[in-house]
Order: sequence, then C-alpha cells, then structure tokens
Amino acid sequence: MEKKESRTVTANEIKEQYKKFIGRKIFFIFFFIALIVGITGVSTSLGSADISVWDAYSSILRKPFPNLFESELIFHWDDVPGSDNERLKQYLIDKYDIGWVESAEIIKSADGKISIKGVGENKVEITRNEWDKEKATLKISGDIDPGHRVNDFKAKKANGKLCIHESTWLADVCVWNLRLPRIFLGIIAGVGLGLAGAVMQAILRNPLASPYTLGISSGAGFGASLAILAGAGIVGGKYLIVGNAFVFALLVSFIILALSSRKGSTPETMILAGIAMMYLFGAMTTILQYFGEAEAVKEAVFWMVGDLNRASWPVVTIILGTLACCAPLLMMRSWDFNAMGAGDETAKSLGVNVEHTRIITMVVSTLLAATIVCFTGTIGFIGLVAPHMTRLAIGGDNRYVLPVSGLLGAVILISADLVARRIIAPVILPVGAVTAFMGAPLFLYLIMRRRREYW
Amino acid sequence: MKLKVKNVEFGYNSTLVLENISMELDRSEVVGIVGPNGAGKSTLIRCIDRILTPRGGSILLDGTDISKMTRMEIAKEMGYVPQTTTRVFPATVFDTVLMGRRPHLGWKSSDEDVDRVLKVLELLGIIEFAMRDFNEISGGQQQKVLIARALAQEADILLLDEPTSNLDIRHQLEVMDIIKSIARSKGISAIVAIHDLNLASRYTDRLLMLNGGRIFAVGDPESVLTVENIRRAYGVEALVKSDGERPYIIPVRPVKTR
Ligand SMILES: Nc1ncnc2c1ncn2[C@@H]1O[C@H](COP(=O)(O)OP(=O)(O)OP(=O)(O)O)[C@@H](O)[C@H]1O
Ligand SMILES: [Mg+2]
Repeated sequence: MEKKESRTVTANEIKEQYKKFIGRKIFFIFFFIALIVGITGVSTSLGSADISVWDAYSSILRKPFPNLFESELIFHWDDVPGSDNERLKQYLIDKYDIGWVESAEIIKSADGKISIKGVGENKVEITRNEWDKEKATLKISGDIDPGHRVNDFKAKKANGKLCIHESTWLADVCVWNLRLPRIFLGIIAGVGLGLAGAVMQAILRNPLASPYTLGISSGAGFGASLAILAGAGIVGGKYLIVGNAFVFALLVSFIILALSSRKGSTPETMILAGIAMMYLFGAMTTILQYFGEAEAVKEAVFWMVGDLNRASWPVVTIILGTLACCAPLLMMRSWDFNAMGAGDETAKSLGVNVEHTRIITMVVSTLLAATIVCFTGTIGFIGLVAPHMTRLAIGGDNRYVLPVSGLLGAVILISADLVARRIIAPVILPVGAVTAFMGAPLFLYLIMRRRREYW
Repeated sequence: MKLKVKNVEFGYNSTLVLENISMELDRSEVVGIVGPNGAGKSTLIRCIDRILTPRGGSILLDGTDISKMTRMEIAKEMGYVPQTTTRVFPATVFDTVLMGRRPHLGWKSSDEDVDRVLKVLELLGIIEFAMRDFNEISGGQQQKVLIARALAQEADILLLDEPTSNLDIRHQLEVMDIIKSIARSKGISAIVAIHDLNLASRYTDRLLMLNGGRIFAVGDPESVLTVENIRRAYGVEALVKSDGERPYIIPVRPVKTR
C-alpha cells in the first residue's frame, strides 16, 4: 500500500521535472535570441566610424519603424521665430557651446532662411535645401572650432508641421550599407550551418557528420579554385566563382548519395564516402594550386579560408530565402530524427520511412550548406560543434536541438567575426580560422568536463 | 484472425533465412517463437513488422496485406521491441518512451501523451529512472524501457524479440505477467521470441518452434516442448516434467555428435 502511494507522488514529480526540462530548453532558445540581438548591437557600433550602441539599434530599427525611432526633434520650422526659439537656442548652446546665441535675436528672412546674429563675426544660419526637401543645413561662423561649422539636419513633415531633426544620414549609411549586411550574413550563415550540422548528425547517427566532413566544403573549395585558377567553370560571368563553388558542392553530395543509396548501405557508408570525397577534392585543389600562378593561388587560398567580407544585401537575401525554405522542411521532421536516433529498425517500427527521410534530408541540408559555403568559403567548425554544444546543454531531443543549434551557430559566428574584425583592427582576420581558434579550446573544455557518458 | 502470415520467404542475401513460414495470431493471443540461435526468430519478427520486406508470401493484418499499408498505418497497429539497441546521442528514458507516441503525434506532444507515458513507466516500475539518460541505466532497465515504448505505442499487436533476455528472474516473471495480462484485459495480441523454454511454456498460448528457417513444430506448449523436439532442434537432452498444466523443461546435456 505504502509503496503504491509513494509511486503516485513520483509520477507527479516526474511530470514537474519534465516540465522544467522543457522549460530549460525553451529558455535556451530565448537566451540565444537575446544574445544574437545583443551581439548585433555591439558589433554594429564597433568600427572606424564612431557610433554608440544605442545609435546602432535606433539606426537598425529606424528603417522598419521610421516614426518610432526618429532622432531628436530640434525645433519646428514654422515656430521659429516664435514658441520654439528657446528650444533652438538651447540646442545650439548644448551642442556647439556658443553661449552668445542666448541673448541674440532670431530672424527669418523672406526667402526662408533662419539667421541669428551675434557680435562681430558670430552668426548662425539655417537654410532649407532647394533640391532636397528633406534636408536643411546649419552654418555657424565666427568663434568656433572649424570642424563644427556645417551640419546637416533632416526636415520632415509630421502632423502638418515641418519638423527639423538631427541628421542620421551618416550612421544610417554606415550601419545599413557597411556593417549590417556582414552581421546578417553572419547570423543566417551561422543558423544554416548549425542547423545543417545538427540534422546531418541526427540522420547519420554520427557525431562526426557535418557539412565539412561530408566533403561539401571541399567540393565548394575545389569549384572556386577551378574558377579562380583556371578561369573555367560551369557557370559563367560575374558569378563564376560562387556558381562554380555551388555546383561542385552539390556534385560532391550527389556522389555521396548515389554511393550510399545502394542496397545494404549504412549511415557509416555515407560518412566514409564523405571523408573520401573530402580528401579527393582537397587533393585536386592542391594540384590545381601547385600549377597556379602566385597571385591566383593567393586568391584561391583567401577564398577557402571562410570569411564574411563578401556580404551584401543580395547575398543575404539569397541565403535567407534558402534558409526560409529549408529550415521548416527540416524542423518538421524532428520526430523522425528522434526515432532514427534509436536505430533504423526502431524508427521503421515507429512508422518512419527511414531511407526516404534520410535522402530528402540530406538533399535539403546539403543545399542549405552549399548555398552558404559558396558565399562564405569554408567555415567548417560551426556545423560540427554547434550541435554537440547544444546537446551538452539541453540533451538530445531534436525538436529543440535543431533550433538551438542554429541559434548557437549564429552566436558563435557573429561573436567570432566581432573578434576577427577588432582584434588587430584595421586588419580583418578570416572568421573561419577565428571560429576554430576560439571554438576548439571551448569545445575541448566542454567535452572534458561533461558529466554524462556521451558518445 | 488478427494476423495471418502466409508462406513467407526471406533472405538477407542469396541464401534463404526463412522458408515457407505460415502462422496465425488471434485477438488476445500470446504466441511464442522458440528455436536455436540463428533459427530466424528475429528475422521473422522483422518481416512481420515490415522492417524487412519478405521475398515471397504475404502478411495480412485484419485481412489487409501490409505491403499495401504505409509505415505509419502499420506502426499504429504493431509495436516492436528489438533484441538490442544502441544509442549514439543521449536521450532520457522519458523521451525514449515518448517516441512510442510518435505514430499518434503531431509536432507537439500533448499533456495526454505525457500522462500515458507516465502511466506506462509506472506499470513497468521504471518511473524513478524517467529523467535519467537511457545509456546510463542497466541492461535490464533498458529492456524495460523498450517494452514501455512499445506499450506506449498502444498498438493491437506487440512483437517482442527476447524481451526478457537481460532481466533477473523476478523481472522476467513481472514482464511476462504484464504482457499476458494486457493481452487478456485489452484484447492485445503478442508474438514473443524467447529463449527460456520454461517462460515460454508458462506464458504463451501457442508456440512456434523454428529451426534453420523452417517451422519445426507448432501448437500448444505441451505438444511442442517434447523431449524429441528439443533433442532434434537444439541438440540437447532434456527432461520434460509436467505440473499438471504446463510442461517444464530441465536441460541435461548436449547431445554428443560424432
Ligand atoms: N543483417 C544480416 N545479414 C545477413 N545475415 C543475417 C543478418 N541478420 C541475421 N542473419 C542471418 O540470418 C539467420 C537468422 O538470424 P536471426 O537473427 O533471425 O536469428 P535468431 O533466431 O533471432 O537468433 P538469436 O536467437 O541468436 O537471436 C542467421 O543465420 C543469421 O546469421
Ligand atoms: Mg534474434
């Protein structure tokens, strides 16, 4: 009797524990999203132009929400001279340290020019731009640091009133054109590689599986080298290198699939075929380079060491599009991946069409990895390590491993890129090398102090 | 007739491992498969669950040929407990058993599924391990987890491949009791491959003795487990006693072959 009672208690306890267990996984998802947002802000603010973290965020958010994240209002055009006089003066005193405007008079001339005259040369003029209705210019002459004589304002109609704002042009251009494409590329490439790696490990039931060890990166590297060194390729023109890298990456995986779709082959066949491909294409690249010219060889080597320098909005769009198609296809099958983790036989008995799932999944995840790798070069480490770190943190349930591994991949990649950009700035180190350099010791530490038996 | 196996043939390569196997399984019936190592017990069970595709013959489930059913449809009807499993990546016992709900699940597992898993874990007395890692419990405990997974699947037919091989005598009896009692109470049928002839004799309604991929004997335990059959199939001299209801077997020595 007593035994039975203690058991029902355990059932409820287990239920509680299980909820906590799930809660922990969900916490990790949100934690990594927050981390990505944080690193994005910091990373955007760092660089040659001086932008604060706050300015970085508001620049990012101003584009999608122009009204919510507008810069500071300086004055209303029509209220000067008038009720906004004090506002304008205070701004000029705070920003330019010109105390004399305090007692000066503000006049607006007939042609729409605001001027404030002080003693001697001291003068402030604000004119609206003739061609660009959105612009106004501030000119200060007299006793002032020469660097601050001219400044741009932004003119904008809101609620029927013409408002003059601090200009954010420089920050916006810098953030949106220079820094964000790189960071976004880092995020989506990290997500894609982390996800592809997790999926490949799950379906092949092998901790060594990753886009790199399955030869996809080597194929891409060979394709790119061929384009750079021999100028030959299957895809021509501007996209020669990228297209060639992509085609060869896919070629490698189709060879692997063809070899392993033969009857009686196991997941290990796929891994071994992948490793063989890695060596084969690695050797062919070496031979190409051996006969190449020094400059071209250097370029090919540069291409293969992965980096985010080739970031641009079109590239981001292409990869994002691929990710948006592939990720749901993969996540949808999380249960099947879980079942396959217990062996093919068990998975079949649980209703999973194992062969079909394995092939479809390999095709989709390869496509994803190849799309990324052909733009970034070899960033090998993330696809291998992000899934392992994820499983060490939250266990092996693929419903959570897939998203968390993707997010962790993004975190690793953009933080490594941050280091790569800043550590010996202005030289930018290749992020592919930095990820491995930072990640390998961390990974070793994690597997050394792991509590459970793992492999 | 719940399940009908007709003239099934199978070979992993050119040599046939199963030849001309036919059997039937009623609702609520527990059928045991016995036979020496390599006789084809596991292979037959895999063919029935369509993990392997037979070369010839047919398997009818409620009158429908299973080769015309999808895997998912089969999984809703039949649960399978493998002889051995290996796991590469970690999974908790709870998640392992939850996998049994897979044929009934959408993407999200519902509270109901969680409750069912807990109930099965309680039934098999392994609830205290629920949050432990599958790889970190004993072989016998693992075996119980696999049985729990098949029970959580709530299929009409259970296919168990040596479900008691790693269990101590108490747990052997417990597990066989559970199988027998759910067969009686829920109208579930079971096919159990089993090495322990005494367990087979006590807990099965009918026995199928395989030898070299063929049916060697079939019938109730008393008619199958005879001194003669055991000598010819296993090459073992044994004493067969009876407690009035069921035979029990005392193996004596291997038959000397010259
Ligand atoms: N994957 C395989 N490939 C080739 N032959 C196999 C394979 N699995 C089993 N066999 C062969 O098929 C025959 C039947 O094997 P099976 O596993 O069905 O025997 P079993 O009766 O379950 O034996 P045990 O009592 O040892 O579990 C054996 O001769 C075995 O060698
Ligand atoms: Mg067997």
